[in-house]
Amino acid sequence: MELSTTEKRLVNRWQKGFPLEPRPFASLADEMGMSEDDILAMLESLKARGLITRLGAVVRPNTVAASSLVAMQVPDHRLEEVAGIVSACPEVNHNYEREDKLNLWFVVAASSAGELDRVLARIEAMTGLDTCKLPLKKAYHIDLGFSI
Amino acid sequence: MEQAPQAVIIDDIDRQIIAATQDGLPLVPRPYEEIANSLGLPAGAVKDRLNSMLDQGVIRRIGAIPNHYRLGYTANGMSVWDVDDRLVDEIGEMVGALDYVSHCYKRPRAMPRWPYNLFAMVHGKTTEIVENKVAAIRELVGEASRSDDILYSTRILKKTGLRLSERTT
Repeated sequence: MELSTTEKRLVNRWQKGFPLEPRPFASLADEMGMSEDDILAMLESLKARGLITRLGAVVRPNTVAASSLVAMQVPDHRLEEVAGIVSACPEVNHNYEREDKLNLWFVVAASSAGELDRVLARIEAMTGLDTCKLPLKKAYHIDLGFSI
Repeated sequence: MEQAPQAVIIDDIDRQIIAATQDGLPLVPRPYEEIANSLGLPAGAVKDRLNSMLDQGVIRRIGAIPNHYRLGYTANGMSVWDVDDRLVDEIGEMVGALDYVSHCYKRPRAMPRWPYNLFAMVHGKTTEIVENKVAAIRELVGEASRSDDILYSTRILKKTGLRLSERTT
């Protein structure tokens, strides 16, 4: 799906630095030469069309919660079943099928390191498969958005 | 460079604010006040606390989160590299600075199944574009990496923002 020129400008300009002011959308409107109502309507439409997932904060990993990337090697014939079990965990916020022997990759965020390990133990018990925990040790690039 | 932090540095009110905004800010003229009202906080508290969490680095950014997949960036390649431990920080900084790398992380190896310690996410509209970008990274990294691979996502099975469960909030 394509963005209009104005939508593209809005999304590229405001992936970071959204104003922390009482009326932030009015500031956007000023800068974009639009009305506050138009900005709000445009953002509603971008959300409704699934082109932005939300307008909000990106939290740094392991501050609010303990999180880790986790990989599993799942036999092909069990992929649907195991992916379903993993996705059903409320602590799992991303789950991807990838082309590799390790074919299921997901991110678990829990309230503490102990709780994170309990979630993985639960997944292992329910699936009878090992999990491979690959927590972040260092970030070399801070996710500050991505020009589209 | 962002180190893996050692301790949680936010309080319960901060957690409540993150939980209340994890699906995004309400699209109303005064979004921070609306959240403050719903949490029973003073009108300016949400804005002030988001600001201080940004300063502390608990929040990396506040803004629109594009859905790359829906925007046509359907090739999502996780490039992974087995880099000499003595060089990984230097290489990581270099790769992370490339404008087509959205995330670059050091992670532990998990031998024998997983020899790679550096992850760099590369997005493109086609796999060919991703391959070309990864080839450019390979050129840059040179002999510091013993082997590498690209893992494409074949399906997105679940994608939400950070979820705080009831017990953490």
